[in-house]
Amino acid sequence: MDTFAASQSAERESLESVVIRFAGDSGDGMQLTGSQFTQSTALMGNDLATFPDFPAEIRAPAGTTFGVSGFQIHFASRDIMTPGDAPDVLVAMNPAALKVNLNDLKRGGMVVVNTGAFTAGNLKKAGYTVDPLEDGSLDPYRVLKLDISKLTLASVEEFELGTKEALRSKNMWTLGLMMWMFDRDRAETVAWLEKKFAKKPEIAKANIAALNAGHAYGETAEMPQGIGCYTVPKAELGHGTYRNITGNEATSWGLIAGAKLADLQLVLGSYPITPASTILHTLANLKEFGVVTFQAEDEIAAVCAAIGASYAGSLGITSTSGPGVALKGEAIGLAVATELPLVIVDVQRGGPSTGLPTKTEQSDLLQAVFGRNGDCPLAVLAAQTPGDCFYAAIEAVRLAVKYMTPVMLLTDGALANGAEPWKIPSLSDFEPFPPTFRTDPEGFHPFVRDPQTLARAWAKPGTPNLEHRIGGLEKHYDSGNISYDPDNHHKMTKTRAAKIAGIADDIAEQAIDQGDATGDLLVVGWGSTYGAISQAVSACRRDGLSVSHAHIRYLSPFPKNLGDLLRGFTKVLVPEMNNGQLVKVLRADFLVDAEGLNKIAGQPFKVAEIEAAIRSHLSPSDTQASE
Amino acid sequence: MTPLDPPKKLTRKDFVSDQEVRWCPGCGDYAIVAAIQRTLPTLGVRRENTVFISGIGCSSRFPYYMNTYGFHTIHGRAPALATGVKLANPELDVWVITGDGDGLSIGGNHFLHLLRRNVNLQIILFNNRIYGLTKGQYSPTSLIGKKTPSTPLGSIDSPVTPAAFALGSGARFVSRAIDIDAKNMTKVLTRAHEFQGTGLVEVFQNCPVFNDGAFTHFTERATATETQLHLEHGKPMIFGKARDHGLRLRPGSLEIEVVKIGENGITEGDLLVHDETNRAQAFLLAGLEPPHFPVALGVLYAAPAEPFEQSVLDQNRQAVTSRGQGDIDALLRRGHTWTVGED
Repeated sequence: MDTFAASQSAERESLESVVIRFAGDSGDGMQLTGSQFTQSTALMGNDLATFPDFPAEIRAPAGTTFGVSGFQIHFASRDIMTPGDAPDVLVAMNPAALKVNLNDLKRGGMVVVNTGAFTAGNLKKAGYTVDPLEDGSLDPYRVLKLDISKLTLASVEEFELGTKEALRSKNMWTLGLMMWMFDRDRAETVAWLEKKFAKKPEIAKANIAALNAGHAYGETAEMPQGIGCYTVPKAELGHGTYRNITGNEATSWGLIAGAKLADLQLVLGSYPITPASTILHTLANLKEFGVVTFQAEDEIAAVCAAIGASYAGSLGITSTSGPGVALKGEAIGLAVATELPLVIVDVQRGGPSTGLPTKTEQSDLLQAVFGRNGDCPLAVLAAQTPGDCFYAAIEAVRLAVKYMTPVMLLTDGALANGAEPWKIPSLSDFEPFPPTFRTDPEGFHPFVRDPQTLARAWAKPGTPNLEHRIGGLEKHYDSGNISYDPDNHHKMTKTRAAKIAGIADDIAEQAIDQGDATGDLLVVGWGSTYGAISQAVSACRRDGLSVSHAHIRYLSPFPKNLGDLLRGFTKVLVPEMNNGQLVKVLRADFLVDAEGLNKIAGQPFKVAEIEAAIRSHLSPSDTQASE
Repeated sequence: MTPLDPPKKLTRKDFVSDQEVRWCPGCGDYAIVAAIQRTLPTLGVRRENTVFISGIGCSSRFPYYMNTYGFHTIHGRAPALATGVKLANPELDVWVITGDGDGLSIGGNHFLHLLRRNVNLQIILFNNRIYGLTKGQYSPTSLIGKKTPSTPLGSIDSPVTPAAFALGSGARFVSRAIDIDAKNMTKVLTRAHEFQGTGLVEVFQNCPVFNDGAFTHFTERATATETQLHLEHGKPMIFGKARDHGLRLRPGSLEIEVVKIGENGITEGDLLVHDETNRAQAFLLAGLEPPHFPVALGVLYAAPAEPFEQSVLDQNRQAVTSRGQGDIDALLRRGHTWTVGED
């Protein structure tokens, strides 16, 4: 947990990795600052991971702690997997940002403060009775105090903007300074500003002037003791072409790629909901791919329109978050009963109810697997990194079409908004999977099944001589007509379950991600905890501990070998950002004594938290305590 | 048969499925299914392109009895499902079947949005002013005071007038028919089918078990000429056995009144002439109720506009025109990329 040391030489000091957190009011433009720094860092060839953390309020009252918006970036010259446990550098644009974030900063870390915002009023709003810049509370840190407000105003003076307008550029001034400090190139940000403010060239120029002024300040001003300038060399990434990608972008593009591989038109029915809305936005802006997007009147209409589209022979998809899945439950049951393809993307957020809309959580697993009336099985997959959302989305489409079933794809707020460098695949890397639509009337009824997959025939309206009726009522196994026959209902329920269970024959066996196939402790995760678990297990293994990591993508059905794999370890630890959901299913399905490690804070796990849990499970004292 | 062959001459029988009809004896639904099965062959439609989509309720069993494509969905959601069907394949000829509970209570939201979007399909609202399938509870169109198992002392909430609700929602085709009047029902079904957009047909339908006679005060054949006003575009609003009553705007107000031709100097020229593109007039007609007024039947309002799904497709076509056909590999490489090693 050491942070980098101060550098006073004129030479840039080379660092292996840095974690910076930009924090300010939600109106201060911290997300833009962070994403521009990220873009530049990606182009520098570093590996990186980001974690945007913003309030649910669009413009919370200025200066308050609950209005603080943060953006954390971890970048390095080596392979990294998480946005970093604790920042090395905190940029605090006002007292509230300092108050909320200072505790996370590493001891000895650097804090850059905009003293211009440390007015009596702002201090009071943040709940400070004494100015933290004066009372010694920053003594454990290296502090760079700058009146960024004043410096920004000076840098844009020539544009004769009003003070309020001029002050908006202070995020760009700050970005310029940080780009100087970490040797980032400004060209991309300049181009971005010119494009963003193409219709307001004065604003573009003012922002560029502020960006350059922040950079120039770093080059010319004498920095206080402990503040230097640094460089982070390129990471050794595998050969290929890379881009920066967020989870929701990757999900959207994966859905388009999946539809293309299935040779089906994508019809998205969706209703705006945080943190899933950007999937709707992204797909709505890709109409040239033949994508039809429909912003429905509510969550229920959104999924129903998707089901209608699948019934008519397109690929129906709906994107939402946990509360939306709850509303869609009955309709998803209809898609299970009528055995139609459907992909439901659940970008999980803190719950229950409205919960924590902008914060991340993994608490919809049980809802995804079990949350409908009746025995209502469907396939559930989870993506584990932002870039992996692309592959998981394609797999969701493949299973939905092949097995004529709804598939729930679980991502979460951290994946949705988090970014990472992503090695760009080619569509030709994937095997196409177009479905065969039924056209032959010979021996047809709507529930005639493929003997291998148990998928029913997909006969779309418009096909002559295959006219038929389907619905939510139970249907006869041999004709598809309505049936209340007791034995038939038993058989149909078992068949629907067998169809989903059979997917296990079509997916990869569960792999051990890291470590041996047997040992003292297996850490089992799913979803966005991948990076934190992976790094924690890696650190423990370097110390010689007998610990392995398995990360489950297929949550329903589980891979066939999962039970045997779990039984190969003395202990099983299941870290989850919920109150214990996967652990419950593993215990129920496999009768293993798995234990949970639960963090329900709306925040991702820190590597150190998982590492500590692994060590405590493997220490002799723990063994005694549990006996 | 391939889709390119001209449709063979179909008859009513071609649209009758092999499923046994399971409505109560005497139910008005029988007359409606028969009218639709008789009307379809006259519309020149293909069975394979015809899709009936319903929600839940007695009326929603309808698709099972049609030898076409059919989807019996969930309570209230048929309009949303049908919208998805039309977005996926605008060529399909979609009929939504709903009832007063399904369409106006649990599905009221979707009903509203279907109408305002003007998706090109027909929606037949079977209004019997009662919940039948759940055994007789009052519905959103039940009159105040209706005693039912859930309202033993009489219902207290004010009923909705479907045609007025539809007009308020932005519907562009609103019509009405009576279950036992096959001739006029066929006319409005045909008009609704011709209409490019959402064609709403409200059918006053008798439930002989739970709400028998709910509409007899204007559906009885003996008194029909006095209690029914059959609207025709461009024709004066005349009714009565002797064709001597009519409707006019009460001078100086925005209210309709009944007048007698020949009395107080009233001539046919004083009467309102039905203009089915006049939305304000349609509102007035939707609100007319016995005993003071006849019930307005036929096409109350018809004002074509581009159907929703056509506008959606237009935007997609425009995107291809301006950006070119989407290329996924190019999409993945759009924006900033960088290459490590020899790619």
